[in-house]
Amino acid sequence: MSAPKTLFDKIWDAHLIDESDDGTCLIFIDRHIVHEVTSPQAFEGLRTAGRKVRRPDLTLAVPDHNVPTSDRAAGIDDEESRIQVETLDKNCQDFGLRIFGMDDIRQGICHVIGPEQGFTLPGTTLICGDSHTATHGAFGSLSFGVGTSEVEHVLATQTMIQRKSKNMRVTVDGELPLGVTAKDMILAIIGEIGTAGGTGCVIEFAGEAIRSLSMEGRMTVCNMTIEGGARAGLIAPDETTFEYLKGRPMAPKGGAWEIAAGYWKTLKSDEGAKYDIEVTLKAEDIVPQVTWGTSPEDVVPITGAVPDPADESDEARRNKMERSLEYMGLEPGIAMRDVKIDRMFIGSCTNSRIEDLRAAAEVAQKAIDKGRKVADHVDAMVVPGSGLVKAQAEEEGLDRIFIDAGFDWREPGCSMCLAMNADKLTPGERCASTSNRNFEGRQGPGGRTHLVSPAMAAAAAIAGHLTDIRDLD
Amino acid sequence: MEKFEKLTSVAAPLPIANVDTDMIIPARYLKTIKRTGLGEGLFANMRFKEDGSDNEEFVLNQPAYKDARILVAGNNFGCGSSREHAPWALMDYGIKCVISTDFADIFYNNSFKNGMLLIKVGPEELDLLMDDAGRGANATVTVDLEAQEITGPDGGVIKFEIDSFKKHCLLNGLDDIGLTMEKEDKIASFEESHKAAQPWL
Ligand code: SF4
Repeated sequence: MSAPKTLFDKIWDAHLIDESDDGTCLIFIDRHIVHEVTSPQAFEGLRTAGRKVRRPDLTLAVPDHNVPTSDRAAGIDDEESRIQVETLDKNCQDFGLRIFGMDDIRQGICHVIGPEQGFTLPGTTLICGDSHTATHGAFGSLSFGVGTSEVEHVLATQTMIQRKSKNMRVTVDGELPLGVTAKDMILAIIGEIGTAGGTGCVIEFAGEAIRSLSMEGRMTVCNMTIEGGARAGLIAPDETTFEYLKGRPMAPKGGAWEIAAGYWKTLKSDEGAKYDIEVTLKAEDIVPQVTWGTSPEDVVPITGAVPDPADESDEARRNKMERSLEYMGLEPGIAMRDVKIDRMFIGSCTNSRIEDLRAAAEVAQKAIDKGRKVADHVDAMVVPGSGLVKAQAEEEGLDRIFIDAGFDWREPGCSMCLAMNADKLTPGERCASTSNRNFEGRQGPGGRTHLVSPAMAAAAAIAGHLTDIRDLD
Repeated sequence: MEKFEKLTSVAAPLPIANVDTDMIIPARYLKTIKRTGLGEGLFANMRFKEDGSDNEEFVLNQPAYKDARILVAGNNFGCGSSREHAPWALMDYGIKCVISTDFADIFYNNSFKNGMLLIKVGPEELDLLMDDAGRGANATVTVDLEAQEITGPDGGVIKFEIDSFKKHCLLNGLDDIGLTMEKEDKIASFEESHKAAQPWL
């Protein structure tokens, strides 16, 4: 009998084309999502070398990073953004690729639309020129975020050169307490392992608390794997996965579905499989999380306070903390719940799916019932992850709740997650955000970001300061 | 791709941990469809003041480091976004080599694909190199890829490890895609058996 394998080992082995003596591997890529920001130079490279796209049928393109979230009929004001979006259109035409253009209802953030269409499937390898590609790991798809050279390599050869990563497992046992979400779970995990904790690894998420998550929740967890430094995140597919995928436009149908599902059921780690690193957390210990600094590992429970660099013995770490606090305009010891905000952003590939919007709308509805609204000094925007998420939210009446409670309801895209379009913070502005990065300047030069879950973001917008969602009831 | 063999230059110290790719090149500079010209946005939020003028305190703006081709940086350099604009910006500005204790995976791969050498050293060696770099214009460092050696200003030598495939590609300026295309037979036969095993894909 062969040695027990992890889920990662199984998918890797099923895609290995060639391995050199020094361990460099060539693996086959089943799925490729292309967006406007990291692809133009790749297509230019193909043209210069006279190369074609090897498998247009395995490639899907969508503009998302740069698109406006206000009225689309007017087109894109910013010339450079417009050129990028038009260049993607043209490249797709020239190379014969499928694209969900800006006016297509299926348009949205690359990591929202892949799963939504059933393009993302268990057991596949998937790449995209965006670091949050790890999101698709929620389906048991081995998904890598790559740079433009690798985008070009996959377009030309449908393969990727890589060494095999190490196996790491993060197990979350038990049940999440009420009011605690997948976002809090992954923030707590990153707080535990650090932003470089997963370097060189593929992380498999396991345990009861992971299994109990919906697909949306699993995507939130896998999405931020990269914030822990890992190459990819994975969750073994199960009934929850199959139920989500069944009937999606690009998922297999009829007999093919049965055969595929039969195979997908074998995609789990074998008993006794070995991991290079193991980390275990108890779900019961996790409380709603919020970041205080400029790295996703700078996280504390909402019940906590801004940490004091003086308590940190490691010099490099202390310097980094001081730098973060200065940038964030915070003093040590301030209770997180007392931190006042100016802006709120619900959106991004981490938290812009229907379930995220429902959670936030529930908070907004409670506020309305109590005769409250978004605080006067707060500007709050909700940006759905795709045209289809937006349509569904509108069908459920969530847009009305948001608008009545004083939130701005926008068109889908990456928006203020990275501030490439018109949505951005001005210097010094403080934002409660459901996105994934609180880096300096990420949401606009000088902008200050506190990462939170959708419900926590909505609650902060209404209270006017960061707040514990559990205090609301 | 340009070859990388040997480089002698002033090294600039950047003793910050977790320098992320948003710091290396902020998103507002990504709206280009070219690979060139990105040096302009390198470390923009640190290099320039709000009014656009140079921030004299930033290391690369100090006269001693104007011609630095090597950067000595804190741990986990290049974390965050997968933007290849980060190595493009460094290269376009003139930085050809970064030395740190560790790099984020995607940034690491992206850099080598553009002919930039990233060197991982131990924490003590990094401290030493950081001190050397702190000495400014008189202290040059030599990086020899073939020999896998860094020679400090006082003649001290630090050996480093590197993936043999990456080294080979860098020394010879080889383009990955061309190399992979030589394996077309293997790819095609894999594709066939893969299709048979998972016909729904
Ligand atoms: S939402 Fe943010 S993190 Fe996600 S793909 Fe867009 S820019 Fe990247």
